[in-house]
Amino acid sequence: MKKLTFLLLLLLSYTGVFAQSNIGVTMDDTLQSSGKIYVVVAIIAIIFVGLALYLFSIDRRLKKIENEK
Amino acid sequence: MKFIYQTWWKVIAVLLVFSTLFTGLLLHVPALPVLHETIRNLYFHVPMWMGMLTVFVLSVYFSIKYLRNGREEDDLAAVECVNTGLLFYAMGLVTGMLWAKYTWGQFWSGDPKQNSAAIAFLLYCAYLVLRNSIDEEQKRAKISAIYNIFAFPIMIVLIFILPRMTDSLHPGSGGNPAFGKYDLDNGMKIAFYPAMLGWSFIALWIATIRYRIRLIENKKNAIN
Repeated sequence: MKKLTFLLLLLLSYTGVFAQSNIGVTMDDTLQSSGKIYVVVAIIAIIFVGLALYLFSIDRRLKKIENEK
Repeated sequence: MKFIYQTWWKVIAVLLVFSTLFTGLLLHVPALPVLHETIRNLYFHVPMWMGMLTVFVLSVYFSIKYLRNGREEDDLAAVECVNTGLLFYAMGLVTGMLWAKYTWGQFWSGDPKQNSAAIAFLLYCAYLVLRNSIDEEQKRAKISAIYNIFAFPIMIVLIFILPRMTDSLHPGSGGNPAFGKYDLDNGMKIAFYPAMLGWSFIALWIATIRYRIRLIENKKNAIN
């Protein structure tokens, strides 16, 4: 048990390293923190998927009409 | 021409554009003055013009093909390519205007790029007007094919060459750098190239749908 906790402690000790890395790298922190940009991304994605599906359905209907003739 | 009835490349087009919605909006972009986050428009505004170019090039190809062999289908393909191209043209103009509002200060500032884009837009509108004003089918096809072949290089000169020879606010003009400088070291290509390719395919897809509808309409009119 003692060995396991020690191992766990060692395994988790690397997290301290990442605490520092946040200072240097400012990767889109403004976007992802409280700006709720994911909501916008999701909505745009939904709209695009809807339009794409609509295009596919038009394509399918057209195929049906073409096959009738 | 069989591929226009197949689905695989349409799926690829949708997936490409779909991926850019995430990579384009969430990945890191260089922090530049004036532009700020609007630099992400590069993934959405520029591909509109790429889509337009794709179908306009195709329409010239079909116009030349029509003049060579006189097949009516080639004429119809050329027209529908131009129709689709004009949709993407309008999208490019409007998105460009909105972007200009927040970076150049005005929707329309009479910038050489904007002005010549508007002129070239009218050039292609004139193509449709010319086409619709001729009743006789073969004459209409021939004249509009010739017009189309001449309109294309003029459009290229107006949009891509003349503005670059003068001072324009648009990137790539008058010593104003295009985005190529920035995307090299910032991984913007990850979103930019798929967007260009994906929207080109989507423009092509819409053009093929319009062409297929046109074929059916044409057949129906021929019987009557």
